[in-house]
Amino acid sequence: MISVAWGHRLLLLLPFLLTAVLWGWTALDNRAAGVSRPPGFFARNGWPVGIYLLLAAGVWLVVLVALPQLSMIDMSFRHKLPINQIGGPRDTYTLENYRYFLFGSTTSTSSWNVVHLRAFAMTIISSLLITALNFIICYPIAYYLARIARGAQLRLLLVLLIAPFWVNDILRAFAFRIVFSEKGLINTALLGVGWIAQPIDFIGFNIALFAGLIYAYTLMMVFPLYNALDSVEAAQIEAARDLGAPWWHIHLFIVMPAAKAGIASGCTLVFMLATGALAAPLVLGGPSTLWFTPIVYDRFYQVFNWPQGAAYAFVLLAGCIALVITALRLLRLSLADIAR
Amino acid sequence: MTAEVALEEVTVRFGQFTAVDNVSLRVAPGEFFSFLGPSGCGKTTLLRTISGFIDPSAGRLTIGGRDMRGIGPNRRPTALIFQSLALFPLMTVAENIAYGLRVRGCPKAERLRRAEELLQVVALADQGGKRIDQLSGGQKQRVAIARALAVEPEVLLLDEPLSALDLKLRQHMRNELRAIQRRVGITFIYITHDQGEALTMSDRIGVMRNGRLEQVGTGRELYDTPETAFVASFVGEVNMLTGIVQDAADGMARIETPRGIMLARNPKDLRAGASATLFVRPEALLPRSDHDDPAINRIAVHVIDLAYEGNQTHVMCATACGNRLLSLLGPRDPAAPIPGSAAWLDFAPQDAIVLPSAAA
Repeated sequence: MISVAWGHRLLLLLPFLLTAVLWGWTALDNRAAGVSRPPGFFARNGWPVGIYLLLAAGVWLVVLVALPQLSMIDMSFRHKLPINQIGGPRDTYTLENYRYFLFGSTTSTSSWNVVHLRAFAMTIISSLLITALNFIICYPIAYYLARIARGAQLRLLLVLLIAPFWVNDILRAFAFRIVFSEKGLINTALLGVGWIAQPIDFIGFNIALFAGLIYAYTLMMVFPLYNALDSVEAAQIEAARDLGAPWWHIHLFIVMPAAKAGIASGCTLVFMLATGALAAPLVLGGPSTLWFTPIVYDRFYQVFNWPQGAAYAFVLLAGCIALVITALRLLRLSLADIAR
Repeated sequence: MTAEVALEEVTVRFGQFTAVDNVSLRVAPGEFFSFLGPSGCGKTTLLRTISGFIDPSAGRLTIGGRDMRGIGPNRRPTALIFQSLALFPLMTVAENIAYGLRVRGCPKAERLRRAEELLQVVALADQGGKRIDQLSGGQKQRVAIARALAVEPEVLLLDEPLSALDLKLRQHMRNELRAIQRRVGITFIYITHDQGEALTMSDRIGVMRNGRLEQVGTGRELYDTPETAFVASFVGEVNMLTGIVQDAADGMARIETPRGIMLARNPKDLRAGASATLFVRPEALLPRSDHDDPAINRIAVHVIDLAYEGNQTHVMCATACGNRLLSLLGPRDPAAPIPGSAAWLDFAPQDAIVLPSAAA
């Protein structure tokens, strides 16, 4: 068993290890993709600027990104202790927080923690669904922006897309709640036209939540898609058409493969953000909706069990990263591709 | 299967701009026809109109007797080879070629067999598994041709497909294209700004300028009997002398130029007093250093420079007022004069032609 003191030394080393691993991974990816080595970093920037850039980026990455995350991981393996016992003999590493997530108890493994596990699974599945729906909605928009709209029309459309996002996202969630509520705009309209006899429970069926989350991340999807679609060669689309392809075939087999990296980039962003959404599920979720993030939130601020909260947060993060990396591998995309 | 392409008073306008202006033309089935013209003359617009990407603003287009109005590029019996080739980079060579068949629901085994056949037609057998970026420029060219031929078009349209290749390959691909066209026997409509390409490959050439078809004819007709000053100067090298027609009779005209009075053919029946330009090809201009043998048409010049090219010699001359004239000497012609010396350039009246001066 590693002692906590050793754990902290490891913690400080980890950012550097992680950097080395990621660097090596990128290098391997580049080699596999046949990317030739560019001139050296210091050769291009000169020593003073090079050192400054490394330090600036390094401090930011290590102190503001890596260390907080790593200390959270560290915390997730510790007991919940009163402050005066932290660092004392009872402060050892443990798996009890993860055990609690799986079995609903820190000691017993006799029954599964059904409520939390189901919320976790539902969050992942719902987020995948939201990502897919978001893509279906945003692809035509991005295609239109990138390939059809020109000049003033393009600028107007971009403003129309962006302007609603000046509204605070919690405010926007409440607006969605009002629109979708039992006596809200949509129900009133549908009742007024006579298409329905009873108001629809949009919130109970999670329709409001899905609509809110899909809308919240449209820009995250539209812009990577726009970028990718913009760079597809027009002649290729025309060539496919000239060879007799119907429009859907061109999109499916010419445009989308060419824009694969942008699609993956947009989908990754939306998926990660949707799984981590907190405000929208709280505001728009129905009485039976259990998004995973509010559960994590409760570990910290309702149960006051920070180590358990850390474990829950880490489970969510690790689960999402694993899923995204698997998906990228299946699509034969490297990390470098989606960063393009 | 091959088809006739007929244009009847086709006009294409983009807003105020007329890209193609009242073009009428028949391209016979199985013909290799080229549109030749400088960039911006409307030839690409015309090709895109035939392929269906642009609708004519006026006029009628028929392919194989069928009116093409309202028929999209995916339903026309044409295939277009793009200037950039537009090969699909994420597909292999064979998949590229088979794409048109895949769209038509042809089973995989069948379309790969067909792709292999076409690879043989374009002399790329056994290269079907390669990625596009593993091919050279000339090979990509052939893949683009094979991909277009795979859908068995009745008309193949080619938009300056050789312009990205280097000179040597370009000359090789000219012969190749011509050979492929003879083998498959379908109508080729080819677009180029390179008169060498047009002359070597085509059965007939249409010279375009400012959206209009200036002249249609075989390469020899365009070269020997141009109908306009533009055609005379655009097709092949030519020497020009401007002047005024003095008198005209029996299809010949006497034209007064700053270099003297010259006699030349007068196919446009220019009358006395008309301002005209005399065109004479470099190979018709023969340098003389002795003045014993007076010819009808003779220009006094001094020789500026010689460029020896093995089978021919370029003799660059200038008249007293600085007009540049070029004479081409073959190996059997008399020896070239020495640079710096004075000389005379003679030409036969039959080898020169008088046309109305180009309206700028």
